[in-house]
Amino acid sequence: MTDDELILTPSQTLGPMYGFALVFEGADHAVDPADPSAITVSGVLYDGKGPLAQPDGLVEVWEGTQFARSRSDREGRFQVTVRKPEARVLPDGRPLAPYLNIAVFARGLQKQAQTRMYFPDEDANATDPVLALVDPERRYTLIAQSIEPGLRFDIHLQGEHETVFFAF
Amino acid sequence: MSRAARPPLDFNPPYLHPEYRLTVQRAPSQRLVELPRGWFHTTPGPVFGHGAVRPGENDLTTQHEGQPIGQKIILSGRVLDSDGRPAAGTLIELWQANAAGRYLDPHDPHNLPLDPNFDGLGRCLTDSEGRYRFTTIRPAAYCGPVGTSFRPGHIHVSLIGSDLSSRLVTQCYFEGDPLIWVDHVTAGIPDPRGVERLIARHDPTTTIIGYEESALGYRWDIVLRGQTATPLDHVDDRR
Repeated sequence: MTDDELILTPSQTLGPMYGFALVFEGADHAVDPADPSAITVSGVLYDGKGPLAQPDGLVEVWEGTQFARSRSDREGRFQVTVRKPEARVLPDGRPLAPYLNIAVFARGLQKQAQTRMYFPDEDANATDPVLALVDPERRYTLIAQSIEPGLRFDIHLQGEHETVFFAF
Repeated sequence: MSRAARPPLDFNPPYLHPEYRLTVQRAPSQRLVELPRGWFHTTPGPVFGHGAVRPGENDLTTQHEGQPIGQKIILSGRVLDSDGRPAAGTLIELWQANAAGRYLDPHDPHNLPLDPNFDGLGRCLTDSEGRYRFTTIRPAAYCGPVGTSFRPGHIHVSLIGSDLSSRLVTQCYFEGDPLIWVDHVTAGIPDPRGVERLIARHDPTTTIIGYEESALGYRWDIVLRGQTATPLDHVDDRR
């Protein structure tokens, strides 16, 4: 192994023209929408000037075997079908509240913004060790809202309601 | 100290790089929350894609009846993690403009010619040694409207490895292209060694000579963030 191999390959922006490659039919469904456990998560992707007005954002959900992608539309809207995952535990045995990993890619975002979506009406949120590391006044940005049907989870890259993002 | 214990050099661009204007309104402004190692970094990867890649999806020149226009190339290399281990089973998705600089994407605003024999998208999984190989054509440099500049010719690449922290979307450039060094996107990379990591080099060993089979070889190795965690750091999966 050479020293050269210790240099990470840097990230570069997704660019605007990825849709024909990454967003194939069914990519937005981590589970079959007809499955009784299926939950629709919808939201709007915002930057500092408002909802993304070009279809140049990509929201990717990744939790265990669940994987889904949604390209934002001309009003910033995205939608994926997932199921609520089982709760995991930390190595020290402390329980984690159920959550979904969410990565946001976009033109003008030089690397992905990594966040988590937690579920509303979940008692375990109150004692979750990850949420405990987040400024209490910003925790709400990580918790989806119940709507009919499903859940709403807006993502703000900037602004008054800027979503909490995680280093990776 | 062993090499493997050294942290990798991270020349990722910052979110905010004002020279690339759109970052000003899209870069997260609040401090990122750092989780203890093992709470995040070892989240296992999805099984997505592993059953879905079909043989031949790594050859972008044989997806239609005719051959695409342009310089045919072989782009190959290895995917490693930052501990130097091969990243086997990594899903690589690739997308690019054609030899005229036009994407198939319906949102491409350019009035440049499409090539009926070239879609510009491909996929493959790395083998047990982390190796991958694509046959494609070299994409043209293109620019936006008046006031923009030509970007260096590039291929977009998405990698899904063994865990969440190795997820990478990036772009591959070509050796000898002067536009690489005057580009507002590569300029966000804080060290030229990081830019060099994104440049594919001419590779005589993969070049094919022989009339219509001919293709110019390029080598591009990729280094993903490694999994230096101990087993104790892993989050249990109690499903």
